Amino acid sequence: MNSAEVSTKESSIDTRHGCILYLENLTVSFDGFKALDDLNLYIDDGELRCIIGPNGAGKTTMMDVITGKTRPDEGTVFFGQTLDLTQMTEYEIAHAGIGRKFQKPTVFQNHTIYENLELALHIEKDIWTSLLKRLNADQKETIEEALETIGLVEQRNTRAGLLSHGQKQWLEIGMLLVQDPRLLLIDEPVAGMTHQETEQTAELLSSLAGKHSIVVVEHEMDFIRSIAKRVTVLHEGHVLAEGLMEDVQNNPKVVEVYLGS
Amino acid sequence: MIKHIIALHSFRGWLFSFGLLAFAIILLPILNIFVPEESILHVPDYMFPLLGKYLCYAMVALAVDLIWGYTGILSLGHGVFFSMGGYAMGMYLMRSIGKEGVYKSDLPDFMVFLDWKELPWYWYGFDHFAFALLVILVLPGLFGFIFGYFAFRSRIKGVYFAIITQAMTYALMLLFFRNNTGFGGNNGLTDFKRILGFSLHNPATKMGLFVITALVLFFSYVLARYIVKSKLGRILTAIRDVESRVMFSGYNTLHYKLFIWTFSAFLCGIAGALYVPQVGIINPSEMQPTNSIEMAIWVAVGGRGTLSGALFGAGLVNVAKSWFTVAAPDYWLYFLGALFIFVTLFFPKGILGIFKRFSIVSKVKESTQ
Repeated sequence: MNSAEVSTKESSIDTRHGCILYLENLTVSFDGFKALDDLNLYIDDGELRCIIGPNGAGKTTMMDVITGKTRPDEGTVFFGQTLDLTQMTEYEIAHAGIGRKFQKPTVFQNHTIYENLELALHIEKDIWTSLLKRLNADQKETIEEALETIGLVEQRNTRAGLLSHGQKQWLEIGMLLVQDPRLLLIDEPVAGMTHQETEQTAELLSSLAGKHSIVVVEHEMDFIRSIAKRVTVLHEGHVLAEGLMEDVQNNPKVVEVYLGS
Repeated sequence: MIKHIIALHSFRGWLFSFGLLAFAIILLPILNIFVPEESILHVPDYMFPLLGKYLCYAMVALAVDLIWGYTGILSLGHGVFFSMGGYAMGMYLMRSIGKEGVYKSDLPDFMVFLDWKELPWYWYGFDHFAFALLVILVLPGLFGFIFGYFAFRSRIKGVYFAIITQAMTYALMLLFFRNNTGFGGNNGLTDFKRILGFSLHNPATKMGLFVITALVLFFSYVLARYIVKSKLGRILTAIRDVESRVMFSGYNTLHYKLFIWTFSAFLCGIAGALYVPQVGIINPSEMQPTNSIEMAIWVAVGGRGTLSGALFGAGLVNVAKSWFTVAAPDYWLYFLGALFIFVTLFFPKGILGIFKRFSIVSKVKESTQ
């Protein structure tokens, strides 16, 4: 696929109605257990949305459905107005512009930091390009910028497996950055991070909103307070409450199932 | 392009590779032709087919390392691709016997023996070397592609994939054992007389085949090295480590796995084709499940994911095998099993890993002093 095709595919994400992601009536069940139960969720273009909820509320399953790892039993998932994600494979969804950060930091342990970013970089991803083409100056520049953003310039030639937990989390965020997605799905970005690292991550994510739409799943309340404008609370596979952080925090239903416990 | 090829190795690496190549294709023939037979430096004629055989095995190891060592897909069925290339070459060699067989017939001896009156359709074309060459270059890869497409598309992985490849090689072995299949049954194809008009009994032909094998192995190695040093190679190791991350980065991993699997089958087929004229026979026992397992052991012993380790492992294990099968034939399989367990337990990175560890230790010592 040449670069022209890549860009048309991206611009074909139709966000005229202000929404980039539409989840409607989603139901996913595993052996009778409903991980998602008639879930409806809309993400605005350029928004930073936090999703919270107790364990088993369906947060990770929701991410799996959006990225094509799990197919829903019922319901629809649209990226923009036109792309039906339930009909696309994982790599097609990634190529269309959805990036995902896993709960456990998932980087290529045996590759250097630089190579990790190179592999994630938003370029044509077919076999022949990978075999024959080398990175051009612009692409190298993109990687350099990402190295700087995530503060790993000096470790560029270090194997990713040797990084600390927090650095791995950052590297994975860096990989998402160079992948340049329209929508980032981020699963527990600050798990296992020190207080300072958490603050830096909050700053980084806040600075990304606007350019990208971001969905963050997190347990860490302080972190959410520091970044979130809108919060969605999931419970037993559906949306329990949605709104500004203060409103949600004072919602008696939410207090009962989550914050209070 | 040339710049990228030069960058595949350090200066010392290239020196070593070319040194080995020159040793094989220049020094060994000189030592055979110009050194008198009494001298201990003389290389006897029988060495060339033997060394040629090892080089073919080394090429197989290269192919197995690409798919297993780099991509993490264990194949225990590479004997099939090897045999396909071998049979295609064998069929050409059978056809070039002409009427000089035992029965003085235009048909291969085994067909006369089975009382067949005419050549089966799938033997057509093998009178011509060019046709046989085409089959050698296309068929193993094509078969691999089709097999791989269905296996990888269904996301069959790990042990399950390995078992299916074992089943594949076993099934094909049984098929080739049947006389009616038309490939000489359990005797296979043998009693070859000549290749491209050159007598296979002539020492010069044997030496020529050895030199060609060495050159083909060298180019295969450079090609494999080019692949693993490209971004594609890094994607392959990434698939081995965390395939899901590769998919979520936008790569269609099916294509990548198919590509390297097909290339691996292609290399293996060429190795089989070079093997047959030097060894003088191809029969279904090449497709025995244990043969394919042995191929994986070569790579494990030498060191996975290094290419040079695979070449080294294939050489080492086969030299040991040649020695054992003469000195203590009953104990060879015990030795092989013990070697495999020993290497897996104590040297997971193979023998090459031991050298690397020593060189790292000595470097660390130097830097601390």
